[in-house]
Amino acid sequence: MYEVRIHSRGGQGGVTAARLLALAAFRDGRYATACPFYGAERRGAPVVSYVRIDDHPIRVYSQIRNPDLVVILDTSVMDVVDVFQGLKPDGRVVINATGTQEVAGHATYSVDLTGIALSLDLVVAGSPILNTPVLGALAKMGIVSMDSVKMAISEMFTDVRNVRAAKAAYQELVP
Amino acid sequence: MLTIATGNKAVAAAVKEVRPAVVAAYPITPQTEIVEQIAEYVTSGELDCRYIPVESEHSAMAACIGASVTGARTFTATSSHGLMYMHEMVNWAAGARLPIVMANVNRALGPGWNVWAEHTDSLQERDTGWLQVYVSTVQEAYDATIMAFRIAEHHDVLLPVMVNLDGFVLSHSMQRLETLHPGDFIPPMELPHAIDTAHPAGYGTLTGPDDYFRFRWDIERSMRRSAGIIAGTEQEFADRFGRSYGPVHEYRFEDADVVVIAMGTLAKEAEVAIDKLRDEGIRAGSLGIRWFRPFPDLDLGGRDLVVIDRDYSFGFGGILAQSLKSKHRIDPYTVIAGLGGQEVTFDDIASFVRERRPGEEHWFGVSDDV
Repeated sequence: MYEVRIHSRGGQGGVTAARLLALAAFRDGRYATACPFYGAERRGAPVVSYVRIDDHPIRVYSQIRNPDLVVILDTSVMDVVDVFQGLKPDGRVVINATGTQEVAGHATYSVDLTGIALSLDLVVAGSPILNTPVLGALAKMGIVSMDSVKMAISEMFTDVRNVRAAKAAYQELVP
Repeated sequence: MLTIATGNKAVAAAVKEVRPAVVAAYPITPQTEIVEQIAEYVTSGELDCRYIPVESEHSAMAACIGASVTGARTFTATSSHGLMYMHEMVNWAAGARLPIVMANVNRALGPGWNVWAEHTDSLQERDTGWLQVYVSTVQEAYDATIMAFRIAEHHDVLLPVMVNLDGFVLSHSMQRLETLHPGDFIPPMELPHAIDTAHPAGYGTLTGPDDYFRFRWDIERSMRRSAGIIAGTEQEFADRFGRSYGPVHEYRFEDADVVVIAMGTLAKEAEVAIDKLRDEGIRAGSLGIRWFRPFPDLDLGGRDLVVIDRDYSFGFGGILAQSLKSKHRIDPYTVIAGLGGQEVTFDDIASFVRERRPGEEHWFGVSDDV
């Protein structure tokens, strides 16, 4: 079972990113669950979402304690939440940031999701949309296929810029 | 069609297939998605139904009662405080023998203000005459909602059915979902006592003690008959659509020396604990209680039992454990866990089994000697 924990702030689309990832994995022919952990639903508060992917039906509902991958959509969350807690020794990290990022002991990938969203004018209620570009980054890392990412995004969104954003992140991320 | 969906969306999708004539609802977290999705189906024309947005849950159930008594198929959804607010009408719906189907997304009651999963809300409605089923997966939420209409509307039942799913843990979790077209599995609703202007009759008038007593006995008689109707419905569902359900869901139960009993998503999480315990050489199994009303007859003899209650009756005990004890001569280890969404993992459940103390009640994470 492959376990992903996504850190974001309310309104940035972390919950939707989890659902998109699960849907893409499902379109890859695998079993997947997406479970957000909801606090009080308010914009700006730290939000954690979980995705599990497996080749067998998934019966676990509890929160992920030892993720294989941590995705950080907003680096400011790192000041208030221990985002690397429980990360497996060989676990990887994806950070929405410009320039190279390093997390001691873990393969770390940075991709400027905010820049991609802004360049496509993918902004809702003042927030750049991060949940569709991040799927492109996750496809580049081999977690799901890019075909399934496109399919998943098209199933949930009609605006074609979302798929374009995912492709841009796919190209930008250096595995 | 094969897709993935949240528990909420699955319930709404099931309602769409069963085509109620009236949905009356008031949104309350965490079920809001259900009634939002149904409103979208109505707006898009996918569901031809009268959607009545009301000003409270009490009015939602009152509107369902008014619609149902005309013979219209009727649905609503609620949660927690919404269910508490409609309590008076919940009783009325059963007493009036109306086959209303309601989804309740289980959530704790305040204060303290808390939106997370707990079963005390619906278990406080256990004496109202509603049938109650508790589901543990998105697929089961879908299938149970479809079957609920057929069971409620069966003329040997004619009682409302409440489909219960855990708040957030299931209502907001995305899982695999296979949708279906029920076809004549759900025949048109026929309410024998529907109001009819050609045959005027009085409804809800003062009822003397003798008649009232007989009406109550008739509810209980139907409740007892409902177990057979549920079994028949689930069997036909399995034959036609390929997924089997029963009053309980057994997992590695047959040869188990120790059995974990739970409801909702904790019953599913328990299965992972059972596999772990089996690997350690402990012959464990689990029972997920699905139908709480009518309460199932079980053969539990000769095994150690660990009952997990995500609910509580203050001054008495865990409601599931006490219900099992009153029906069967058993002395389980009762664990009160998961109240207000408390995190309970399969590892925790495995330790409940390893450290069980038959006859005792343990409040998980709070105290070892309550």
